Amino acid sequence: MAVLNQVENIENVENINEIIPGKKEAINSQSLKDKMLSYKRTPGSLLVMLLVMLASGITIVALAFLLGYILVNGVPYLTADLFSWTYTSDNVSVVPAMINTVIMTAISLLFAVPFGIGSAVYLVEYAKKGNKLVKVIRVTAETLTGIPSIVYGLFGMLFFVTALHWKFSILAGGCTLAIMVLPVILRTTEEALMAVPDSYREGSFGLGAGKLRTIFKIILPAAVPGILSGIILATGRIVGETAALIYTAGTVAAIPKDLFSSGRTLAVHMYVLSNEGLHVNQAYATAVVLLILVILINALSSFLAKKIQKV
Amino acid sequence: MAKYKEKIMEIVFLLAACVSILAVALICVFLFANGVPAMKEIGFADFLLGTEWRPGNDIYGIFPMIVGSIYVTAGAIIIGVPIGLLTAVFMARYCPARIYKIVKPAVELLAGIPSVVYGFFGMVVIVPFIRSSVGGNGSSILSASILLGMMILPTIISQSEASIRAVPNSYYEGSLALGATHERSVFCSILPSAKSGILAGIILGVGRAIGETMAVIMVAGNQARMPQGILQGVRTLTANIVIEMGYAEGLHREALIATGVVLFAFILIINLSFSVVKMCGERK
Repeated sequence: MAVLNQVENIENVENINEIIPGKKEAINSQSLKDKMLSYKRTPGSLLVMLLVMLASGITIVALAFLLGYILVNGVPYLTADLFSWTYTSDNVSVVPAMINTVIMTAISLLFAVPFGIGSAVYLVEYAKKGNKLVKVIRVTAETLTGIPSIVYGLFGMLFFVTALHWKFSILAGGCTLAIMVLPVILRTTEEALMAVPDSYREGSFGLGAGKLRTIFKIILPAAVPGILSGIILATGRIVGETAALIYTAGTVAAIPKDLFSSGRTLAVHMYVLSNEGLHVNQAYATAVVLLILVILINALSSFLAKKIQKV
Repeated sequence: MAKYKEKIMEIVFLLAACVSILAVALICVFLFANGVPAMKEIGFADFLLGTEWRPGNDIYGIFPMIVGSIYVTAGAIIIGVPIGLLTAVFMARYCPARIYKIVKPAVELLAGIPSVVYGFFGMVVIVPFIRSSVGGNGSSILSASILLGMMILPTIISQSEASIRAVPNSYYEGSLALGATHERSVFCSILPSAKSGILAGIILGVGRAIGETMAVIMVAGNQARMPQGILQGVRTLTANIVIEMGYAEGLHREALIATGVVLFAFILIINLSFSVVKMCGERK
């Protein structure tokens, strides 16, 4: 109602700002009172609005409760014992598992990054439109994204562990995870490359550079933040992965001697701890370490992703 | 010389691009080559529809696990979809920019939390809660559904939010100008237009729920029998593989791999329907 009155008044005045100073678009805005009135007239809308608020509330509260519960119960057990250099069944140290996680991440990325970036470069820079092969690659990449981690684990066990005789090893686990994160890197790199404006390419070609030089000197450097954010996203998946590793990398709680010995990552360590049920407090503490790692990785990734949006 | 280099590098990139094809082919070949013979030996009907799983007596029927997976996934959808969809509506159409800056990273974080941590949370919070407030021993279809519903939230939210945002704003404005309230405009003119994107998100959620392993093992009880009720334990296809693979030998091991094949087939069907839904949406 109030809005209508204002509109009538405005007709007599040339400058809107004289009536509502500083608010040029104020005509469309509703005051809280108007909103309440409108909801009174349409109780259905009110109900829907309340449901929307309730659902969002549940989402946020669920996350906050999960984080809070684990932090409150876990932080007191982050003792020096938990971070001692070697694992014993008394101190259930997380340090070997953390080192294994770093090694595992390095191996997986070593395999996944070159292939992921290479195929993205092919898809964006070389492939012609309507190329059949491109369609097949897209479909397979999408299939890889959808395959559950336990199926990767089974495949890794059958192929790397059994067929290639690598036994339960860091290398077998790393290769399995490399296949798993390949589509993540492929997709983010593809998006980053497509975001590079065509004028960069035209400029480079215009100056006489070949295709290869354009890709390596102009396009890839411009796409680095996007590619990095994809790599970090992949790191997050590697750090959190359990099901694909139990039957490929095994569950030995020690730093491996070489690439062909078994070792458990932090997530596997956490699973074994909570499954045994003997060290529940330490399991909380391990969960805290994992959560902090994941939060850091997430923050880094979205920071980099924001950076490309600005460019 | 330079020309050769260009040509060689193009082939190198092409080979890199073919790795994903190779990977899918290898996965298919190895899974099917190891799983299908076992299915044949047990008998396809006995394997898929047999209601008893007793590896000790060489009886391998995975029907209870198939039903279990379907129940748990359905439960996750019932819990996760309404909450996820409404949260997406909130983020796209209600949320002031100040709150959005908090909610968006929260949803991303929800997606990033490892499944073991979810499982552990379910084990120490949801299972005891169900035991004391609803009954049963806690490790049940209900607990698994709640936990999975929570885990598929980010998938559904981000997909639905993107498709709601893709609807032209003129739809909303037109509806508003005709006198509809904000809610009516959003739910009766924007949501129907975003239907196919939301459906695609739900299908992705189904894929995630059916493939989830560690979190389910930790809360579902894992009894290998036909599910008896919502408060009873259940074993899913994924759980079956992880729990018994450690000590399985011979036909038992192959039966577990065959379980993986069935799971893989499920996922392929889900993927296919996802692409179909997405294609239908794009055609419009």
